[in-house]
Amino acid sequence: MNLTDYKDVYVFAEQREGKIQNVALELLGKARELADANQEKVVAMLLGKHVRENAQELIAAGADEVLVVDHDLLAEYLTEPYTQAITQIIKERKPSIMLIGATTIGRDLGPRVSARNVTGLTADATKLEISDDEAHEFRMTRPAFGGNLMATILCKDHRPQMSTVRPGVMQKLPADPDRKGTVVDFKVDFDEKKISRVKIVKTVKEEKTVADISQAKVLVSGGRGVGSKEGFAKLETLAKELGGEVASSRAMVDAGVMEQSRQVGQTGKTVRPSLYLACGISGAIQHLAGMEESDLIIAINKDKFAPIFSVADLGIVGDLHKIVPLLTERLKSLQK
Amino acid sequence: MDFSFTKQDELFLQMIREFAEKEVKPLAAEVDEEERFPMETVKKMAKIGLMGIPVPTQYGGAGGTNIMYGMAVEELSRVCATTGVILSAHTSLCCAPILESGTEEQKQKYLPKLASGEWIGAFGLTEPNAGTDAAGQQTVAVLDGDHWVLNGSKIFITNGSYADVFIVIAMTDKSLGTKGISAFIVEKGFPGFSIGKKEKKMGIRGSATTELIFEDCIVPKENLLGQIGKGFGLAMKTLDGGRIGIAAQALGIAQGAMDETVKYTKERKQFGRSISQFQNTQFQMADLETKVQAARLLVRRAHYNKDHGIPYSAEAAMAKLFAAETAMEVTTKAVQFHGGYGYTREYPVERMMRDAKITEIYEGTSEVQRMVIAGKLFK
Amino acid sequence: MNIVVCIKQVPDTTEVKINPQTGTLIREGVPSIMNPDDKGGLEFALQLKDKFGAHVTVITMGLPQAEAILREALAMGVDRAILLTDRKLGGADTLATSSAIAGALRTMDFDLVITGRQAIDGDTAQVGPQIAEHLDLPQVSYMEDLQYNESTKTFTIRKQTEEGYQILEVQAPCVVTALASAVSPRYMRVNGIVTAYDKEVEVWGADRIQVPEERIGKAGSPTSVYKAFPKQLKPAGETHEVTPEEAVELIVNKLKEKHII
Repeated sequence: MNLTDYKDVYVFAEQREGKIQNVALELLGKARELADANQEKVVAMLLGKHVRENAQELIAAGADEVLVVDHDLLAEYLTEPYTQAITQIIKERKPSIMLIGATTIGRDLGPRVSARNVTGLTADATKLEISDDEAHEFRMTRPAFGGNLMATILCKDHRPQMSTVRPGVMQKLPADPDRKGTVVDFKVDFDEKKISRVKIVKTVKEEKTVADISQAKVLVSGGRGVGSKEGFAKLETLAKELGGEVASSRAMVDAGVMEQSRQVGQTGKTVRPSLYLACGISGAIQHLAGMEESDLIIAINKDKFAPIFSVADLGIVGDLHKIVPLLTERLKSLQK
Repeated sequence: MDFSFTKQDELFLQMIREFAEKEVKPLAAEVDEEERFPMETVKKMAKIGLMGIPVPTQYGGAGGTNIMYGMAVEELSRVCATTGVILSAHTSLCCAPILESGTEEQKQKYLPKLASGEWIGAFGLTEPNAGTDAAGQQTVAVLDGDHWVLNGSKIFITNGSYADVFIVIAMTDKSLGTKGISAFIVEKGFPGFSIGKKEKKMGIRGSATTELIFEDCIVPKENLLGQIGKGFGLAMKTLDGGRIGIAAQALGIAQGAMDETVKYTKERKQFGRSISQFQNTQFQMADLETKVQAARLLVRRAHYNKDHGIPYSAEAAMAKLFAAETAMEVTTKAVQFHGGYGYTREYPVERMMRDAKITEIYEGTSEVQRMVIAGKLFK
Repeated sequence: MNIVVCIKQVPDTTEVKINPQTGTLIREGVPSIMNPDDKGGLEFALQLKDKFGAHVTVITMGLPQAEAILREALAMGVDRAILLTDRKLGGADTLATSSAIAGALRTMDFDLVITGRQAIDGDTAQVGPQIAEHLDLPQVSYMEDLQYNESTKTFTIRKQTEEGYQILEVQAPCVVTALASAVSPRYMRVNGIVTAYDKEVEVWGADRIQVPEERIGKAGSPTSVYKAFPKQLKPAGETHEVTPEEAVELIVNKLKEKHII
């Protein structure tokens, strides 16, 4: 493998039912930065059926080129046809870096692609950078050991250097509708026999109102100290006043008080809102891993030794059950 | 001398701790508060094989050791003493005498159902006028053709209203005193057998403690357990084994109270620091920890002896005496360390203190244990 | 039906604590456990055993002490246990790990391979799909339920997605990765514990799996760790012990300062 043959930063532009996923736009923002550091291009790989019209959205988000693979077999995600398409892109285009969103799709596709192309894959990177020394190494940093340890990973002798990134970790660029880029149709020769081994019987969207806490600007998050559904009702009123959503620690999800989709942390979602108001959350390392990148962290907790205070910009030692309603009232009066 | 666990013991401990933590602990307060027999837990224990730990596999048991059984009672009692005693009475007081004194037919008939947990076992010795003086039995059994006819009543019977099989001690010949006492296997459905009133207790409130009533109760002849006139010895031997189970229960209660107190005294702050940092706390807790560890060694040794066919009567008495008194001391002090909170039902030490008291009383009071120990000392 | 479940021994990362003075991990006293997702996968396999009399094999790659989780699996009811251990396999990243395990699987007969979705010490979720690729088998990840259809020799699998779930039909043999949250693993049976050490744990070395040395261990790992370091938490801000009214003032001022309101 001649490493110098490989160039440019490729992003898997995950779409579902023709809608580009936020994480793809976030990755394009990061890819732009990486590509600029090496004077390379950002290439988006857009796979699906009737998805060509989405290409401009990817260009607006930072792509220089969009490879469109439009095919019936790609209408709904399945491991094998998607792996075949990406593999043919790798063979023909020789990407240096490839970024994939760490969604259930990306985490299914990434390892399959890496194994087929015998290259390395870093999971759930939280930091991606090109070293500013002569080597211009691609460094991928990710949490390990349950978020207790950070590891910087290199993929020196294999290409592409692949990484998945969880939604909400990178930031997308402001969309620039005037940005110019090229759109290329890429043809893939599918091995349909291999594809036929798995069939989708049905895809079910559950009728739950899933609030996407990773996109919320304000999160009012509750832990053990909130105690109950009634406690969370207080947080909800406050969240509404602040135009935000309610989130939860793992303890309250395990206790069945809150739904899993609102869980923040290592086993939940990574969030970085403008305001994270932590109420009655002690701040286990696994929780901190999911929210410490928030712009402003305010914590209310009875225990002045609670670890949450170590990441809070403002810590209040006190009773959330008294403070939260008072704060809600105060914000209401300010609105008037 | 080897104090280490076998690899199997380690695996067993891992399993039973997880089981106690996940399946038993969450119910403990509710079971106590509502005085509710935790049938769902018994079913779960049955599924894993906990209802027949020391019963050989040929009789449908798990083929484990009494050491394991003791660990099970300890770990269950650490989070819920009610659950601990349900297992202890079932295993030590019903499975064990059938296994040790039953005929092959009796073993084949009863042990597989007991060991699988399909049936729950109990033991009836105590009567209104025959407690510590167990020889004063007033329940009588008279042979009538191919069956025995039992008349009388038993009190304070653990698992009473939930058990399917009872080992019942009765007088077959009053003139012979303790040599006129025999043991019987009584099934729940035998004619003339009924369950009397349920006791309202201070502790272990989820265990069903009831009266057993025999009114011309018909027991098939083949359900005599052991020989005629050997019932007193059988009962005493059964209680020797049962005492180790209760010692394990007491040990578990003590350990549970230690766990809670260590946690609480580390968290609770007074005068600007954790109360665990005060030397008074540390010294008292060090003493208690030492006693708990000593109790554990006594319990393990007694079960070790039982597993290896070494006499264990005095060892069992010492284990129960020491573990029960340790449990009472630890739980009383645990409540004290918790202060006002410890007196409320918000914290489990209040329940543990109530639960601990019975271990000084049932299956031989502490005074009886001292009699057994002294008896061996001065024989 | 033959099922192979791939399991891993991991440190219980929920028990890991940080030394507040040095900011480093305290690894001592952290118990080693069977990875939760793998244990979930094992439960699915044992349920198929209960239902169809499937023969269940567990395999783990790791240090000799990983035998402990194989014994645990035996006590839960598996039929066969294999420990793949060799210095040559050390230092492997996910790709080299999956190459080695796939090599072992190639020597076996199976209709289904189950792995956990991901291990709690790495959280990569890569080894399962990579094994599938090495074996050229179809994969379904994020499995939360599966049914076997004897007549068609297919599995009907429920796969978790962000929005709900998907039902997939997959030809045997295949590889699935299981979610711990989808199932409650059974406890070890007491009799299983008693006999767990009477059963054989097969110990396999690298020579047994016939994978070229450049595909396993450190040599077979495209990725390498450049550095590992404890997580740097940002410096703490101010903490106040105040009355609720004063607390509200402090919060409101902070929100104004940062233009949240």
